[in-house]
Amino acid sequence: MTNHWVDIKNADIILIMGGNAAEAHPCGFKWVTEAKAHRGAKLIVVDPRFTRSASVADVYAPIRTGTDIVFLGGVIRYLLEKDQIQHEYVRNYTDLSFIVREDFSFENGLFSGYDAEKRRYDKSSWDYERGEDGYVKTDPTLQHPRCVYQLMKQHYARYTPETVERVCGTPQAKFLQICEMLASTAPANRVATILYALGWAQHSIGAQIIRTAAMMQLLLGNIGMPGGGINALRGHSNIQGLTDLGLMSNLLPGYLTLPNEAEQDLPQYLAARTLKPLRPNQMSYWQNYPKFFVSLMKAWWGKAATAENNWAYDYLPKLDKLYDLLQVVELMAQGKMNGYICQGFNPLAAAPNKAKVLEGLAKLKYLVVMDPLATETSEFWRNAGESNPVDPSQIQTEVFRLPTTCFAEEDGSLVNSGRWLQWHWKGAEPPGEARSDIEIMAELFLRIRERYRREGGAFPAPILDLWWPYANEANPTPEELAKEYSGKALVDLPDPKDPARIVRRAGEQLAGFAELRDDGSTACGCWIFSGSWGPTGNLMARRDNSDPTGIGQTLGWSWAWPANRRILYNRASADLQGRPFDPQRKLIYWNGKAWAGADVPDFKVDEPPDSGMGPFIMNPEGVARFFARAGMTEGPFPEHYEPFETPLGYNPLHPKTPAATSNPAARVFARDLADMGKVEEFPHVATTYRLTEHFHFWTKNVRLNAIVQPEQFVEIGEALAKELGIANGERVKVSSKRGYIKAVALVTKRIRPLTIEGRTVHHVGIPIHWGFVGIAKPGFLANTLTPSVGDGNIQTPEFKSFLVKVEKA
Amino acid sequence: MNGMNRRQFFKVTAAMLSGSSMAALGLAPEAALAEVRQYKLARMTETRNTCPYCSVGCGILMYGLGDGAKNVKTTIVHIEGDADHPVNRGTLCPKGASLIDFIHSPNRLKQPQYRAPGSDKWQTISWDEALDRIAALMKADRDANFVEKTAEGKTVNRWLTTGMLAASASSNETAYLTHKIVRSLGMLAFDNQARV
Repeated sequence: MTNHWVDIKNADIILIMGGNAAEAHPCGFKWVTEAKAHRGAKLIVVDPRFTRSASVADVYAPIRTGTDIVFLGGVIRYLLEKDQIQHEYVRNYTDLSFIVREDFSFENGLFSGYDAEKRRYDKSSWDYERGEDGYVKTDPTLQHPRCVYQLMKQHYARYTPETVERVCGTPQAKFLQICEMLASTAPANRVATILYALGWAQHSIGAQIIRTAAMMQLLLGNIGMPGGGINALRGHSNIQGLTDLGLMSNLLPGYLTLPNEAEQDLPQYLAARTLKPLRPNQMSYWQNYPKFFVSLMKAWWGKAATAENNWAYDYLPKLDKLYDLLQVVELMAQGKMNGYICQGFNPLAAAPNKAKVLEGLAKLKYLVVMDPLATETSEFWRNAGESNPVDPSQIQTEVFRLPTTCFAEEDGSLVNSGRWLQWHWKGAEPPGEARSDIEIMAELFLRIRERYRREGGAFPAPILDLWWPYANEANPTPEELAKEYSGKALVDLPDPKDPARIVRRAGEQLAGFAELRDDGSTACGCWIFSGSWGPTGNLMARRDNSDPTGIGQTLGWSWAWPANRRILYNRASADLQGRPFDPQRKLIYWNGKAWAGADVPDFKVDEPPDSGMGPFIMNPEGVARFFARAGMTEGPFPEHYEPFETPLGYNPLHPKTPAATSNPAARVFARDLADMGKVEEFPHVATTYRLTEHFHFWTKNVRLNAIVQPEQFVEIGEALAKELGIANGERVKVSSKRGYIKAVALVTKRIRPLTIEGRTVHHVGIPIHWGFVGIAKPGFLANTLTPSVGDGNIQTPEFKSFLVKVEKA
Repeated sequence: MNGMNRRQFFKVTAAMLSGSSMAALGLAPEAALAEVRQYKLARMTETRNTCPYCSVGCGILMYGLGDGAKNVKTTIVHIEGDADHPVNRGTLCPKGASLIDFIHSPNRLKQPQYRAPGSDKWQTISWDEALDRIAALMKADRDANFVEKTAEGKTVNRWLTTGMLAASASSNETAYLTHKIVRSLGMLAFDNQARV
């Protein structure tokens, strides 16, 4: 979330799309209710299903799954055509006036630079034009035909209300009503917020859907405002933290990135990431990259990371490609992986195409599962009848299952969606011999290190040199680890302006990332968490819930990254004179000498408001981008592409360009492409989701939840049920190209048929919570049905849009 | 606020109440007092925690039977929403309200287990056996398949044949240590549950 849960109460318009907060995030949704009750806010819900969020909405509109870019692109067109945009904001805080290179183009659904064979773009033309001074050329009048404003207007001119109705199935009148409501927040003192979740992310064009929404919010001047922003409602309690800490194939903590194999030396690696300003007097905060990187290397390799060995740069593995979950399952299925460790993760249920995952796991030599609960992954080799028809004697994988503590049995911090790091305390001992994940990882590491010490082996240096300063080597405490990622001084740190003065003594915790240095004198495991455990102690444990301004800014409750800032880009909530756009919701303001207010300023604190420095300090432009430059795989402006399993078989925006049917730049493996179904055989459009009574695949092990939602079901509309002769409560078989599930049919008014391109399209709703392990009634893993293709940028699997066939079981 | 001890709190308030009311009635404290059954709550320890399910991060209060004494094993007997928490203000959803049954699920794992190749059942093993065997398998695989240099002579120092998936509900401290260890081994097939 750019903003946070309580801040939703400051919104005037709330759009829930690609999510269902009332059911999936009920206690956060209360702030929607609060905004409606006390601020008179209006709620809009756009979803293929009439969800519980929709049931309390002021306006609900249906939409065909996977067509959100058409809908949101249509809103962008409406705002531009009617000129319902926040002019002061977009002219000063975005790239609207920037001029794009002449060789950039968009024709027949494809951007310039496309290589059909490699399914990849050469993105060199997706950039701004530079002047002789090296800075980007701009046209403040917005008249230049290649300025971002004109290009964007032209790009979305095709997204008319008629197109929206034809492609999304949303009635025009409803669509226009929603446009009008959203446009009502263009004035500086009105704000809309967006709440979304995996309903946007889990598409082959997921990242671009989210980008379109962010662009809409920028046009309305709603980013950085209290009650505004673009708010991802994360699905798990600490998946925000795991992402922040970089536990992904290509990341390092704090959104630093691992080197590619072409980056053979450190200066080259750092230069590519130390972004220089693209406009005069911009902060371009990534200029500090070397400080963050060197401090990380000191936290990991301590004394072994020196200036002479480039801070142990060679100890980091170098990438040749992304090794995300889908890539790894592909390698497993090809027999190229030997071992796999699952820490509190159930990939047999959570990764797409269960049959493929099963095949992959069965080809491993060894599988290690660490979990508080029994999972399907740990028992993939067990024959569970129709829902897991395997022969254990044919599976040669050795499996280890290690019992771990759960939340109640450990200290530590979790990052919620609002980026709050909240510390929690242990209340009980774990059952039996269960151990914490920290202890298991440490023990495993020490045993591996001992073997390398004793026997030698392949490149032992990074293992032997790993900085391991913990009092009990076999079980580091959460406190020790939190202090390590927050950061400390390694030597006495002199004040750069007055070297006689020491700002931090050796060993002292740092107050924040501004104190980090690139000379090896500071260690910090995650720069964006720096200061969470500062010189005064553990700020994540703070529990002061006072809200002195009354706008929901509890700065003394826990600690938010970065720098305890609660609303990102908050400089953009004030005008060029530094006055809040909305005096009723004052977030930060210029007091004549400094920025002050109800939040930690997301800006240089003593920089006058009229100096020309932009509020988007992480971007080298200093402003927000409508034009993504080379930042996205599929193009600098979001364009609609059909799901890989499309009920149409063509892209209604580009019916004559087969290359532009589905995401032209998405990575898709040959085997997975062959596993895609066609509408002739699988005529129904399916989407997966959660129920409010269950959490993912955990709560089928929890008695109360297993009682309230005991049995697997699928939701089908009355029209489809009638067509197929299925009565409510009857058992049905739902098949895709990849497998089938059997479940009870819940015949509902909540799903209505949509008319798309003149034909009727039926949606089928598939809740995900059942499997062959648990105390709820055994069921089928829903991912038996789902296709293995990911979003073009970050490989989120397309769980929200695929083709099935429903029939009587 | 770590582990605020309810028993002490109740003891203190109970003593003050009885003292003052008895003084008002003009009775000496030495008068015989009937022992009433104490509230179970009085013997419980309250611990602040965070719901481990979705990302709202609701504050919860866990009530444990046991007072932290050396010979007492605490059991969580009740969980409720933390009324002081700015986001959930004491409320919980159907999932959070059932957390007690997650802690005490019959499907909680209690011992390390091993499933041999071709077998159709688990066998219990010791932690030492499990960790030694896993360490040996990992090292053997790493030594056999570690890539120091590519065919073109680029230094890459990577290990691709063993991978790891990290959790979605583990603490930052677990995640941080896991990341540190995984990269020291040169592992690249590393992911989390951010997208599923």
